[in-house]
Amino acid sequence: MAKITFITFDGTEHAVDADNGISVMNAAIDNLVPGIDADCGGECSCATCHVVVDEAWMEVVGQPGEREESMLDLNPEREPTSRLSCQIPVRDELDGLVVKVPEFQM
Amino acid sequence: MAEATAGSQDRLAAARDAAYSIPLDQLNPAQGELFEADVAYPYFERLRAEAPVHFCAESEFGAYWSVTRYDDIKHVDMNHEIFSSEGGITVNDDDEEFPLPMFIAMDPPKHDEQRKVVSPVVGPRNLAALEPIIRERVCTILDSLPVGETFNWVDRVSIELTTQMLATLFDFPWEDRRKLTRWSDVATADENSGIVESEEARRAELLECLEYFSRLWEERANKEPGNDLISMLAHGSATQNMAPQEYLGNLILLIVGGNDTTRNSLSGGLLALNQFPEQFAKLRANPELIPNMVSEIIRWQTPLAHMRRRVLVDTELGGQKIRAGDKVVMWYVSGNRDPEIFDNPDDFVIDRENARKHIAFGFGIHRCMGNRVAEMQIRIAWEEILKRFSSLEVVGEPVRIKSPFVKGYAELPVIVRR
Repeated sequence: MAKITFITFDGTEHAVDADNGISVMNAAIDNLVPGIDADCGGECSCATCHVVVDEAWMEVVGQPGEREESMLDLNPEREPTSRLSCQIPVRDELDGLVVKVPEFQM
Repeated sequence: MAEATAGSQDRLAAARDAAYSIPLDQLNPAQGELFEADVAYPYFERLRAEAPVHFCAESEFGAYWSVTRYDDIKHVDMNHEIFSSEGGITVNDDDEEFPLPMFIAMDPPKHDEQRKVVSPVVGPRNLAALEPIIRERVCTILDSLPVGETFNWVDRVSIELTTQMLATLFDFPWEDRRKLTRWSDVATADENSGIVESEEARRAELLECLEYFSRLWEERANKEPGNDLISMLAHGSATQNMAPQEYLGNLILLIVGGNDTTRNSLSGGLLALNQFPEQFAKLRANPELIPNMVSEIIRWQTPLAHMRRRVLVDTELGGQKIRAGDKVVMWYVSGNRDPEIFDNPDDFVIDRENARKHIAFGFGIHRCMGNRVAEMQIRIAWEEILKRFSSLEVVGEPVRIKSPFVKGYAELPVIVRR
């Protein structure tokens, strides 16, 4: 289990409790956090679940995989700590994770 | 005309008979005539059920595989290391004597390098800046429509709006903007579509296009970098030295990508609402459904019926062995009507919950770069339409494009009333 905080573009903080094994994307969608489209349903093929991980958390969350990186690369607004949330599985170590949801999904 | 006419229902019934009686190995869905008559769906229905990965040995385009289920299509789309885009992305092979290299028909790393140069033009900041311009243009176009008399929606609204949008993205000379429409149509025409007289004529027109854009390139290259597509190509490090054919190819990509796809969604949406009048009523009562309706329009219309790949290594899909070198066609038009994913898939349902999951934009690294531009145009068009007209009626049979690739309309006779 992990408590994950999504900060949407307007500054609102949405704190959700997520079960281990689902993705951070699912945690957002299941809890009606706005700003994540997830068009491909979580298969790393649309890049519309883009989040920016809080820098302090990047070491625990980890870097994008190769396929994820090639999708992120297509977004002119990606940042150094960008991740596709469908590729981050929830686990205990992520308890307290903070991510920003971008204003737009491409 | 609220529902399909008796004539079109007869055609569909006849096509259904044909689709189910032809020997399976002779089924060839890549025929422009099927799409022109709007009778392709039964063929895909049969393929999904009986041969979801299907080999057609002979066609005007040679031998090719059809992939018709949503999940299998997605698999092909996402696995670009096996399913390559080089050599062309339509069932028609690229013209070897007149190649038009464009990044949609490239693999990484070159694909990524070139796409990254132009994708900022459709980035969120640019789109936010474009929205008021689009809205102003939509209003002008809608306000100039004849009221109470029949006109061709395709020409007066769909083509006009998308061409204006494209001219803006290119910062193209305004009075010449219909050249963009023409070049787009010429670029995607195959021998049967009746748009050009011959291959020579086609190449000649495309060379004119190149000349015109070369002049624009010169102008922009000698100015400070701007926010338009030509300037980006002229100044981008991955593209500023590209060969003229490659420049033309990428231009054609952006013109075609931005042109008849959105055009055909603008027409298709109106047709869909007329064929499903209870949805039109639901829309008027619930205009907040417009954004979801936009996705449903794109799903229902699927403006590009397919995309094709070439297999780089022997592979297996749906129990079939596909050999290196084989052509594989992803039938988006079929994936978007797959009952395993979409309940009552042939119905147009503006509040369909999973409308956004449609595969019309593709998935993976080639996913449509202009998807937000398209969605924005369609959304704004419907916002402004609802403010102005109490009725928009399709009053005759649409004329559809004869193409297994471009799924759209040449004519949609409409009467609007205030």
